[in-house]
Parts: sequence; C-alpha cells; structure tokens
Amino acid sequence: MTALAFVAPSLLLFSIWIFYPLVRSVYLSFHGTDLFGSPADFVGLAQYQQLFTLPNLRDTIVRTAAFAVLTVVPGLVFGTLIALALQARIRGIGIFRTMLATPFAFSVATASVIFQIFYNPGVGVFNGILNIFHVHPVGWLTNPSTALYSVAIATIWLQLGYNVLVLTSGLQGIPEEIYEAARLDGARAISLAFRVTVPLLTPTLFFLLVVNTITALQSFGQIHILTRGGPAGATTTLVYSVYLQAFAFGSTNYGLASAMALVLFVIVIAVTAIQFGVLERRVFYR
Amino acid sequence: MKQNPAAAAASYVLLTALAFVMLFPLLYAISGSLMSAREISSYPPAFLPSQPRLNNFVDVLNALPIPRQYLNSLIVAACVMAGQLITSILSAYAFAFLRMPLRNLIFGIFLATLMVPWEAIIIPNYLTMAQYHLINTYPALILPFLAVGFGTFLLRQFFLSFPKDLYEAALLDGSGHLRFLWSILLPLSRPALAALAIWSFLSAWNQFLWPLLVINRDEMQTLQIGISRLQDVEAGTAPNFILAGTVLALVPTLLLIYFGQRHIVRGLTAGALRG
Repeated sequence: MTALAFVAPSLLLFSIWIFYPLVRSVYLSFHGTDLFGSPADFVGLAQYQQLFTLPNLRDTIVRTAAFAVLTVVPGLVFGTLIALALQARIRGIGIFRTMLATPFAFSVATASVIFQIFYNPGVGVFNGILNIFHVHPVGWLTNPSTALYSVAIATIWLQLGYNVLVLTSGLQGIPEEIYEAARLDGARAISLAFRVTVPLLTPTLFFLLVVNTITALQSFGQIHILTRGGPAGATTTLVYSVYLQAFAFGSTNYGLASAMALVLFVIVIAVTAIQFGVLERRVFYR
Repeated sequence: MKQNPAAAAASYVLLTALAFVMLFPLLYAISGSLMSAREISSYPPAFLPSQPRLNNFVDVLNALPIPRQYLNSLIVAACVMAGQLITSILSAYAFAFLRMPLRNLIFGIFLATLMVPWEAIIIPNYLTMAQYHLINTYPALILPFLAVGFGTFLLRQFFLSFPKDLYEAALLDGSGHLRFLWSILLPLSRPALAALAIWSFLSAWNQFLWPLLVINRDEMQTLQIGISRLQDVEAGTAPNFILAGTVLALVPTLLLIYFGQRHIVRGLTAGALRG
C-alpha cells in the first residue's frame, strides 16, 4: 500500500488537471454557450456537425494538416542532412555540434519575434537579401498565399535545434564496426550515409516523426505572434481557431471551441496510431 | 580513422555555412540589439552595428515591466521544476521498486496522460482557474504542471537499471523508503535528475498559450509574453529595442543548452517512446 502513497500526488494532479478537464470538455462540447460563457441547452452533436459542414472550419482542419506536413518533412530532411554533416571526423566538431543545436535554446516567442523582424516587408532582412539578388520583395506575412509558408519556415528553424540534437545522439549510437564493415566492402562516403547510416537511423527518425507531428498540430505561439491567424484566416489552424472561439476579442464560445479541441485530441491520437501502425513496421530496429 | 585533408576542408566549409544559417537569427538579434533605431531600420539592411551601444538594454529594463516578468518566469519555472522532480521521483520509485495493487492500471493511467495534448483541455482548465479566482496569480501558472507523466518514465527507466541488491540491503539495514531514496538512490541518479530538471525548467520557461490566457496584468505576466508584446507597448517601437528584450530572454536558455547539453540529450529521447 505504501506504493499507492508514492503515486498519489501525481494521480491527484492528473485527475484535477488532465482527466477531469477531458470529461468537462466533452460535456461543454455537447452544450451551447450563453452570452456569459456558461453552458446552455444540450445540443448533442450539433457543434460537431457544424465543425464538419461549415466550409471555413473544414478549411481549418485541412490547413492544420498542411502546416504539419510543411514543417515536419523539411525538419526531418534538413535535420538528417545536418546530423550527417556533423559526422565528419575533424578537429572542433564539438563546437559545430553545439552551434548547430542553437535553435533549441529559443522558445516559440523568442524565435517568432526575431522572424517577425526578418519578415518586415519594408526594412526586413529577408527582403533586403532578395533585393541584393534583384528579386522583388515578398509580402511574407501579409500575403495570404505566402503567410502559412512563412510561419512554417520559422517553425522549421526552431524545430531543427531539437531534431539535430536527437539525430546526433542517434548517430552516436551506431557502432563503429558497422562503418568499418561497409568501408571494407568499398562503400563510398555518400552511399555509406544513405545505404547504411540512414537505415540504422530509422528508429530515431520515427521517434522524431511522431513527436514533431504532435508538436506541429499543437502550434500556437508562432501563429499568434506572426500573423494572429491572418491574413484573411490564411494561418488559422485548429488550435488557433480554438483560441479565437474561446478567448479572443471577448469571445466565450466555449461549447464550439471545446468540440474543436476534442477534434484536435482525436486527430493527434489517430495520427500517432497510424504512424505506429503503418510506419513502425518499416523501422529498422537492431 | 582520419579523413584526408581535402575532405576535411570540404567538411569545414559545409559546416561553417550550415552553422552560419542556423545561428543567423541569434547573431542578428545580438547585432541588432546593439544598433541605434535609425541604423536597424536603414535600407538596405545593416548587419553589424557601426557603433555598438548598450542603451537598448538599459531602455528595455527601465521602460517596461520586463525585470518583473523576468522574475515571474524564474519563479514559475523553478516551482514547476521542483514540483515535477518531487512527484516524478516518488512515482518512479514506486513503479521501479515497490509492489503495488492495480499496478498495470495505474501505469496505464500515467501512460494515458502522455496522449492528451494540453491544448485540448485548456478551456476547462481556464474555467477552473476563473472559478477559484486564480486568474493573475502564480498558482495559475504553476499548479497544472506540478506532475508530468514524462518525468516518471524518464526516472523509472533510470531507477530500473539500479542494482536490486543495493535496494534490498538498504531495506534489510532498516532504512525506510524515504531514507534509501534520499541518501542512496538520488545521489546515484544525478544524470537522470539533471536531465529532468533541465527539461522541466525549459518547458515551463518557454510556455506561451497558457500564461496568455490566465494572466492579463502586465506585472504578473511571464517574460515570453512580455517580449512578444514589446512591439504593441509603444506603437512603432523599433526592432533594436525588441531585440534587446529578446536577447535578455535568451540568456538563461542559452546557458542551459551550452553547459547542460549532454544532460539535455538524455532527457529528450528517454521515456517518450521507450517508456
């Protein structure tokens, strides 16, 4: 019984801040909301119906998925390339390792504030660099067709610090003998990287795919700081939409927002389950 | 196994280019924080300050509740870190060493907490805070984060590698669980505790959405929200000023990742999938 006393603090906190809220979310999502934010009449699944029939809400879900793909795939590709480059056996490689992991020291807020200054249409550094190459200035955050990509670029950079750290430690776990054996077979450095190293890295890549996808689906800070979900809703993802419905501009539509939050919850669980079900079989565990 | 000189030179060139791209936002933030308002808004953009000046840092610290917000963030992150260490140590100890009724069920509950995205339950938690008049208080920023499933799995994994004989010998000697925990297990678990401590501190320090919701008074706000609002505080605030605030906010986390990197890596991957 002593054991129960040891787990009791965590269990109590989980009940108050995770499990009870989950149940209450379901309750809220089945009820309308009055002007003061209190639950009103029972409406059943009406709010979920709204979610999947109102075109702008359906777009939100599609946009959330697009944002996840736009950030996760480049984050994994660039992360792997950087981690492979860090495998070079040269003096001072430790310094490069630390430098290339630097984005990990940034929070969503610090990264977004700096990228916002980069993206400034008039005096920002990005348009300044484009100008050097005689490219027309881009309305990074002000043009609805580029805004989501611009938010994604900042997110990829931020995520790369974590990915590089994890991939580098994954690479260090690959035993030297495997390289030696591959070298004796006459494999060249590049084909060694893609035929031997990357397959051995698949467990780490799979871990990052799952974790990065969950992180991307929950992105909020960069959207809030860079675009406030705009222009014209072009960067309003599911989480941002929950925020707009429940908290922004005095809105207190907790019922609909709770339905959206639960849809997010189900999507996160489903995507994780699919990744485990479909992709994990292709992961090469030694 | 050494590379030949040409390959080594190519590696240096490639890595330097990559490092420049990855460090560019940090370098620009530092450089910009030392520029005058006119210089940073010049066209074409300036990359290095012609006359580095520290006025921006003085201005940020004087003109705004930034020092107070800095303190708020430190208090909140320290409390969350302490709370997560305590609750995780206790539950990891129970899972690693003790017999427990309903063990699998309780383990399942801990696992389930990892599946719930915080954003999905943020509305009821906000309503709870409002209901108990905790809006604009430290408890609102701290209480929901005092326990975390991840911490339990990270420490449990480490405790499981601990020789069972030492545990049995200590208990035969008549030390109680807490005594064994405090004087034998924890001193030997420093790497895992450091990993969890750094991870807890960083995740609390970096929070954004939750403080935005439960705090609406500047002097109770955390630093992350504070710096994101530097641009709204005075219309047309110059980037040099905003960057000075951002650089100040980065100091603790830069120190953590440069000096605690080997601990961080352990914390990042352990527990999450191998739990």
